[in-house]
Amino acid sequence: MKYSWKTLLQQGLNGHKGWPAQWRSPEPQPQYDVIIIGAGGHGLGTAYYLARKYGVTRVAVLERGWLGGGNTGRNTTIIRSNYLFEESGKLYNHAVNLWDTLAQELNYNVMYSPRGVMMLTHTIHDKQVAQRHLHANRLGGIDSEWLTPDQVKEFCPPINLRPDLRYPVLGATLQRRGGTARHDAVAWGYARAADALGVDIIQNCEVTAILRGQGGAVTGVETSRGPIKAKKIGVVAAGHTSHVMAMAGVRMPLESFPLQALVSEPVKPIFPCVVMSNTIHAYISQSDKGELVIGAGTDQYGSYSQTGGLHINQHTLEAICELFPQFRRMKMMRNWGGIVDVTVDRSPIIGKTPVANLFVNCGWGTGGFKATPGSADVFAATIAKGELHPIAAPFSLDRFRTGRLIDEGAAAAVAH
Amino acid sequence: MRIKCPHCGERSLDEFSYYGDATLRRPEVNDQDANLLAKFTDYVYLRDNPAGQHQELWQHQFGCRAWLVVTRDTNSHLMTEVTAAAQKGEAA
Repeated sequence: MKYSWKTLLQQGLNGHKGWPAQWRSPEPQPQYDVIIIGAGGHGLGTAYYLARKYGVTRVAVLERGWLGGGNTGRNTTIIRSNYLFEESGKLYNHAVNLWDTLAQELNYNVMYSPRGVMMLTHTIHDKQVAQRHLHANRLGGIDSEWLTPDQVKEFCPPINLRPDLRYPVLGATLQRRGGTARHDAVAWGYARAADALGVDIIQNCEVTAILRGQGGAVTGVETSRGPIKAKKIGVVAAGHTSHVMAMAGVRMPLESFPLQALVSEPVKPIFPCVVMSNTIHAYISQSDKGELVIGAGTDQYGSYSQTGGLHINQHTLEAICELFPQFRRMKMMRNWGGIVDVTVDRSPIIGKTPVANLFVNCGWGTGGFKATPGSADVFAATIAKGELHPIAAPFSLDRFRTGRLIDEGAAAAVAH
Repeated sequence: MRIKCPHCGERSLDEFSYYGDATLRRPEVNDQDANLLAKFTDYVYLRDNPAGQHQELWQHQFGCRAWLVVTRDTNSHLMTEVTAAAQKGEAA
């Protein structure tokens, strides 16, 4: 069913009783051309682009839990592409370009809202680095501009500009195309669109082994719902990538940490943009439901518990309360964590593996949501053609051997 | 989370710094070894990243400054063993 004002009207007249399920819950078939392990945004998007753009329709997405239940549903939904290096800029900008029309393409309201992402600076050194970064972005074709403190205040009226702050606001960079989207809707939109193209999304189906044939190439997987054959496998398992890849005997340059976020009680629209500060560690925006969405950091030590250390939240809230003193009395409603897989250079890994026909898309660490459409598209192209998409090529697993790391350690406010 | 330092007793996490997998061993350097690059790539970058028992290095940074080898479950944070690295013969 195509969603439109007509169907909305028809369904409204029927008391909304005729809406069909958005995707099927099929039994796994014995064999597929491609199996994607992990039904988060990146995995579902990969399946969608495989079917839509690259002509591979015999695709299954296997998910241990429920779709969109991992980091896709746990992040702070920030979208931007102002990364320092050219390789990253191309990758994240590819995503931003796709975000622009994603809702229309999927016929699903992903609520992409380019409301602007402002990154604050608090010291002279901060300011110099931010401006150098800004100009690098502009040379790379990424929109970025400098705001003086007065312009910062105009763009984000709740901000505290008092000069006696421990870290006063000295200005900010602004990416106007940056913003937020509804994270769940991204997973659901891709799932519905992929399903309509014949992709089987199989939830509650845990992969327990990766099967290999003579010569070592993958031939399928063993799952909690029986064996399934596949010509190619794409692993998109975020924090649990190391374990899935270990099933194929591949050790990964990844460490998993919990990354936390929290939301306040819902209030009327007060916060018009996204504000980040790398120096004092704050991420804040307001969801369309009215909750302030606040991103905290990762734990210092590896962990798979989806609750991080409480002191991590305290650290972030100290910064938020300093920048926005009026939020001090707001109630925080929920706090949660997601397990993020972090690489040493804080850039993702997209591409082939030492095992034939086994592909991997991981290492998005603390910042994968923004890249969802771009990551999914270049990964789908890589799987379909068996060769690296030009945007994905610099992010191969091989870079750890060649030393061509893409060091985006300073790209996020998350303390790594 | 609290760590039972063998020298200082049970102390808050805030006093400790984490230094990752304690089971890694630096490869022997031998110019004749054709696999040396691969061995060092493994050593520097590849990790088991287990969900479960993990032997890891911590330093009691704001305490006695000793290096410790801690065995911790990465799902539950339960620590089954904390030993001074020096005692284990670790070159930290």
